[in-house]
Amino acid sequence: MQTSWLRHKGWTYGFRTTVLLYFVILIVLPIAGVYVYSFSEGWAPFWENVSDPIAWKAVLLTLGLALIATLINVLLGTMIAWVLVRYRFPGRTVLNSLVDLPFALPTAVGGLMILLLLGPNSWVGGIAERLGFDIVFHQPAIVIAMVFVTFPFVIRAIQPLLEEMDASAEEASYTLGASRAATFFRVILPQILPGIIGGGMLAFSRALAEFGAVVLVAGNIPAKTLTASVFIYGEVESDNNLGAAAVSVLLLTLSLLLLWFINRVQRRGGRA
Amino acid sequence: MRKLWIILTYLVFALLLVAPLAKMVQSAFADGWSGFAEAVSRPEALHALMMTGLVVLCVTVLNGVFGIMTALYLVRGKWLGRRLRSVMNSIVDLPYAVSPVIGGLMIVLLVGPDTAIGSFFANIGFDIVYAFPGMVIATLFVTFPLMVREIMPVLEEIGDDQEQASATLGAYGWTTFRRVTWPSIRWGVAYGAVLTVARSMGEFGAVLVVSGNIINRTQTATTLVYQDVENFDISAAGGIALILAAFSAGLLLLMEWTKKRREVH
Repeated sequence: MQTSWLRHKGWTYGFRTTVLLYFVILIVLPIAGVYVYSFSEGWAPFWENVSDPIAWKAVLLTLGLALIATLINVLLGTMIAWVLVRYRFPGRTVLNSLVDLPFALPTAVGGLMILLLLGPNSWVGGIAERLGFDIVFHQPAIVIAMVFVTFPFVIRAIQPLLEEMDASAEEASYTLGASRAATFFRVILPQILPGIIGGGMLAFSRALAEFGAVVLVAGNIPAKTLTASVFIYGEVESDNNLGAAAVSVLLLTLSLLLLWFINRVQRRGGRA
Repeated sequence: MRKLWIILTYLVFALLLVAPLAKMVQSAFADGWSGFAEAVSRPEALHALMMTGLVVLCVTVLNGVFGIMTALYLVRGKWLGRRLRSVMNSIVDLPYAVSPVIGGLMIVLLVGPDTAIGSFFANIGFDIVYAFPGMVIATLFVTFPLMVREIMPVLEEIGDDQEQASATLGAYGWTTFRRVTWPSIRWGVAYGAVLTVARSMGEFGAVLVVSGNIINRTQTATTLVYQDVENFDISAAGGIALILAAFSAGLLLLMEWTKKRREVH
């Protein structure tokens, strides 16, 4: 057989080794590397870097702002998913496609857009300034940037649940005389809750990690507007890799726990 | 009540998505066409756009090939064993949980100029960090789950009956893939590729850390936008950002189209 070399076992093993190596070198090794590096000089330097007030306040601030952004997105997202699935109105398909825009848009561009719209030279920024409000370079801008970037998550998690929902329970509830609000909270909400939680947690973990949009609109003042990922970038720039790695480990562990939890919620949602 | 909800929805979209977009277009053309053309035709802008294009090209090709193979092995690879496959399956999602800046830091720590691997490659004249290869690696890390996650459900859904039939009839592994597997996964691959292009075009944090943002050498379009903003050259940043946004809009349309094709098959 002339083409017997095509059947040679070596091909199979070659492919398998290549893919496994790619997987380990690209994904596993870098993540393990950060943990190893940050503890490479023992616990003491790690602890010193993490207990630096600027560092832990940055992490705490990120957690708080991401939580606010997630709450806003959960409320807006539930409403928008409901309107897009349940109502027919002109422009519905256009809005539905627009939902994904923040995913398609580079985050730096998103940050720039917010900066332009709300910045000191724009009329929104001008009005806010006259009222004694600061938006850009202050915490509200960070929250807006996070809301913008994580906008699609909750909507996209709830939509399929709303579409597949059985109408009979809802109809029964109305027939039995329940009000609209009671039906929503006692019949509909429990059914879309897995989507709200799953989407909300994805949005939260994305908001925690966000860098591009935030770095452009935040003032990056320690303890006030310096988020964790911007802090890490600053440490890398000032050649303090150990400090950057220490805070990375903190943030990374948090994100990994979140990811694990999201997987559990989704698996349970799938089984139910 | 119903009207109120619809109006509120329109309001959110207008305030959160449309207004910023419109404002950016307006400011990119604040000095008219010539201002826009000037911002975009600066040598560093042209170079940055070219770098972005090259990174997108390399990453999409590599991520496509390795994504398809990883998905195939994770779904079909009995030789890996159940345990190992389920562990690998969870690891695939890890880049989602990693902040892009941390992703960049990882590459610097692993193959940066101070490390053994990095200095070895530097000695043979091959820089990884602060050069093109590092940017590709960082972007590959960030985009890794996109392709795998699009293909795996399709593979699981179609099952392996046809593939087994093909193998029993004596087809080579490659023939089976090309004639049996590929036709059913191709729209999944197309969708994954569009997502990869969008993500690698917009990647900022990881690339910023790894590239060092050296003007006319490792600067990409997104990092140029950042630098322009830092230099208070907002209108120049707007010009580049507008080009990126236009590409994103095109990708969004492509996403919708491939999504529909994928559902048909």
